[in-house]
Amino acid sequence: MKQMIFAALLATAVTGLAHADSAALLQQYAQQGASTPSAQRGQAMWQQTFAASGEFSERSCASCHTSDLARAGKHVKTGKSIEPMSPRVNPARLSDNRKVEKWLLRNCKWTLGRECSVQEKADFLAYIKTAEMI
Amino acid sequence: MKSTLAISAIIFTVGIVTLPVVFSDNSFEWQQGERDEHGVANVSHPLYKEECGSCHMAYPPALLSTASWTAVMRGLDDHFGDNAELDAQTHKTISEFLTGNSADNSNYRRSRKFMQGIDANSPPLRISETPYFKRKHDEIPQSMLSNNSEVSSFSQCNSCHQGAQKGIFDDDNVKIPGYGRWDD
Repeated sequence: MKQMIFAALLATAVTGLAHADSAALLQQYAQQGASTPSAQRGQAMWQQTFAASGEFSERSCASCHTSDLARAGKHVKTGKSIEPMSPRVNPARLSDNRKVEKWLLRNCKWTLGRECSVQEKADFLAYIKTAEMI
Repeated sequence: MKSTLAISAIIFTVGIVTLPVVFSDNSFEWQQGERDEHGVANVSHPLYKEECGSCHMAYPPALLSTASWTAVMRGLDDHFGDNAELDAQTHKTISEFLTGNSADNSNYRRSRKFMQGIDANSPPLRISETPYFKRKHDEIPQSMLSNNSEVSSFSQCNSCHQGAQKGIFDDDNVKIPGYGRWDD
């Protein structure tokens, strides 16, 4: 029982950490001009496919991460397994803003063929955060 | 008599002092060069593992030449079709790790084999494009590779080479998913 309480406390603390961190990032996006983030818009964009030239002509976030954030994904090219995006099942997610920014930069460029706007980044973040509640 | 004793003592002492030096020097060479017939140097770097190992196996740097790593690191914004760009400091740290431990900077026998036939002016960007790699994998049929959903391509060495992450690549440690052990 004690162990369970401890585990629950730890999970809350870790999730709380992710919350605090991503909240700061959302605030930063707001300062950069993003309006209220929308998880719905984030989800819609997550599913959207973007045309690309070359290999993998139809690209979306779901290409590698699947459309269920609680599930593990698979790198579409190398086949390497990718841990779930949802902080609910993977507390390491959204716990490091530098990492979040790095991946948003890299993956927006590959998937959309351009950098994401601050609004789009805020929406993605809101979507990934709400996946905790599902 | 006294002087003979003294000289003997000196010779003895010098011998005792130099013996371990000579010995350790030998064992050093042995470790660096001959020990590892089957493997390459097992080195790792937390930043390399984090930045590169997220999308593919963090390949042992000793599988590619300095020229290859330099070329790979120069084109990270289009890394085999993917964007893998790094900030300047991370880029520098990882570049130094990769080139410092590259095949031409290693004394391991297998690394020297990976250097065979490499043209430094147009270095291969993939490990699977090196002459040695090609020669060692030319018997692998497509059914075990691209038509094998558990393997797909050569990019995940560790799909078949069980010790790949530790630099172990001998035939005894090969197990092809869906096919079992590989007998050369």
